[in-house]
Amino acid sequence: MSLKLSHLSVLLIVMVVIFLGLWALCGNVFIGIENIQSMAFQIPELGILSLGMMIVMLTGGINLSLIATSNLSGIILGLLLKQFINPESTGLGVVVIIALAIMVGQLIAISIGFFNGMLVAVLDISPILATLGTMMIIRGTSLVLTNGDVISGFTSAMQVFGISDFLGIPTPFIIFLICTLIMGIILNQTTFGLKVYLIGSNPLACFFSGIKNQSVLLRTYIISGIYSGIAGLIMLSRFNSAKANYGDSYLLLTILASVMGGVSATGGFGKVSGLLISLIILQMISSGFNLLGISSYLSLVFSGIILILVMIIRYTVDKLQSRKI
Amino acid sequence: MKRILDRHEIYVLIAIIVFSSLFSIINPRFLSLENFFDLLKGYSLMGIFTLGMLIVIVSGGIDLSFTAIATICGYVNALLLISYGEELNLFIIFLIAAGIGAALGMVNAVIIHKFDIAPIISTIATSNIFFGLLMFISGGKWLQGFPLWFEDFAKIKMQTLYSPEGTPYGLSIVSVIFLMLLVITALILKYTTLGRSIYAMGGDKISAKRAGINVFGIHVFVYSFMGLVAGIGGVVQLLLVNASAPNSLVGKELDVIAAVVIGGANLAGGVGTILGTLLGVILIAIMGNGLTLMRVPSIYINIIIGFLILISIGASTYRRKKTKRQRIITENN
Repeated sequence: MSLKLSHLSVLLIVMVVIFLGLWALCGNVFIGIENIQSMAFQIPELGILSLGMMIVMLTGGINLSLIATSNLSGIILGLLLKQFINPESTGLGVVVIIALAIMVGQLIAISIGFFNGMLVAVLDISPILATLGTMMIIRGTSLVLTNGDVISGFTSAMQVFGISDFLGIPTPFIIFLICTLIMGIILNQTTFGLKVYLIGSNPLACFFSGIKNQSVLLRTYIISGIYSGIAGLIMLSRFNSAKANYGDSYLLLTILASVMGGVSATGGFGKVSGLLISLIILQMISSGFNLLGISSYLSLVFSGIILILVMIIRYTVDKLQSRKI
Repeated sequence: MKRILDRHEIYVLIAIIVFSSLFSIINPRFLSLENFFDLLKGYSLMGIFTLGMLIVIVSGGIDLSFTAIATICGYVNALLLISYGEELNLFIIFLIAAGIGAALGMVNAVIIHKFDIAPIISTIATSNIFFGLLMFISGGKWLQGFPLWFEDFAKIKMQTLYSPEGTPYGLSIVSVIFLMLLVITALILKYTTLGRSIYAMGGDKISAKRAGINVFGIHVFVYSFMGLVAGIGGVVQLLLVNASAPNSLVGKELDVIAAVVIGGANLAGGVGTILGTLLGVILIAIMGNGLTLMRVPSIYINIIIGFLILISIGASTYRRKKTKRQRIITENN
């Protein structure tokens, strides 16, 4: 039998099975426009963060400071907005200030990415520890800046990025699609993307083939920083507030989504399409369980089981295929 | 002398001495025996968790599910204590906690070994499963109202001393549990074949396998031990707060890993000592406590731990690089 069962096809089968299962259980509400729209509102944050996690994992690293970066970037953006904009005022001036504040927020995220990259690439500290350290520093800074409180009361114009929609498609989802597309192009169409995969599969060989490992790693962590900055913007806009520990539970979920999507924990393998499917699976589980009125904790359990099942299927398939050769 | 300076622990020790002298100059209360016992009690729970984590990290793995395991063990025992409080005794409580913990740890070991899944991934998954199930069943409710003997046990002190103001203090029973576990773990790691096999497997799994070490057995031991220690930690948490709070531990996994890593353990496996881990916990404890005595808001502690990790890891990476370079130079000669 020459059928080659790739990880992607395993995922697709799992997705279809879960889709049909939930459809059968929930009835037509599950494929109703309302449910699909609410799913599209919920995917972007985790999705964009997972993209930021994925590119770092492809190089064999990890970025534990991802969520903390989003929050700090969101908090600084929020503080700037509160400082310079009166919630009632409107006009062109407001738009300019919002744009500038967003740029500052992104700059913070980029510089954190740069700092992570320096630690990992130049100082050669293992990624899990370097980003653990920066995570604690950033989270601490956020706590000190906000005193642990919620920052809210921004101009309502900010909510454009979180709760508005364009022709029925939620704006955050459009941002997410653009982010996904850009990541796909970076990884598949550019030499930089190729280098990212090379570093992940064999850093030494990559180095000896004349690639500047340090600069590739540095850029990877900066990209990861940018993605967490964008996620921070969407989170601020959706909750209409910022806090030091929003989305803390996303951290492990981003790793879960990436790995389930086929990203190898040691680097070198993984596709954007796989990640997309795994995000859809996770979201279907959480929305479907919600519709069925099942506790959200059980959907946590279920996503854990699905992750282990996917890994076991992949392991078994790999084993069977290697035995044939 | 040179051999001493090669060890990571000595630098942690120097940092501890420097900071404690600094804190005691600023606030003389810092160096009192009373503060020391308080400190030891406050960080015993973290210390207990670091023992299991050290063994897992030395074996080349990592466990992010131990807080979920500890919470489950705490919750089950809280239920038992409330329903059958008078018929139980402490030995049974710890035995049940250790048993459940070890069993859940074994689940981790089997998944990690049999399907060759990276430990960080499989323990994230099992953590979601364990914690999700617990929250689903318990509804996240706090449990209170333990029998009196249980509350009394938590207050036992090894010897009661009195501070100049007349408040009693002493070595808490919680700290004694931690110290006992510390000695056991140290003995296992240092003086048993099992302990040396854990180092061997962490250093190089394939070599260890070819040398005839039962890799599956080691995996089972390592993760079960982590679970066992987490279970005991769950009961200690009950003793400390006198209630079962399902939310209070999960999410603090990384703090424990931070302490082990500051103590010199290498996440790649094969490197790490009990002494270093103990010093790592002490350093974090001293920083937290010293800053509190200096009236620095506790929210700054995160920033400081972050810098401690980066400095500690940066220094050990730098030293490793330097020795490697020297070796290459000598080989060329």
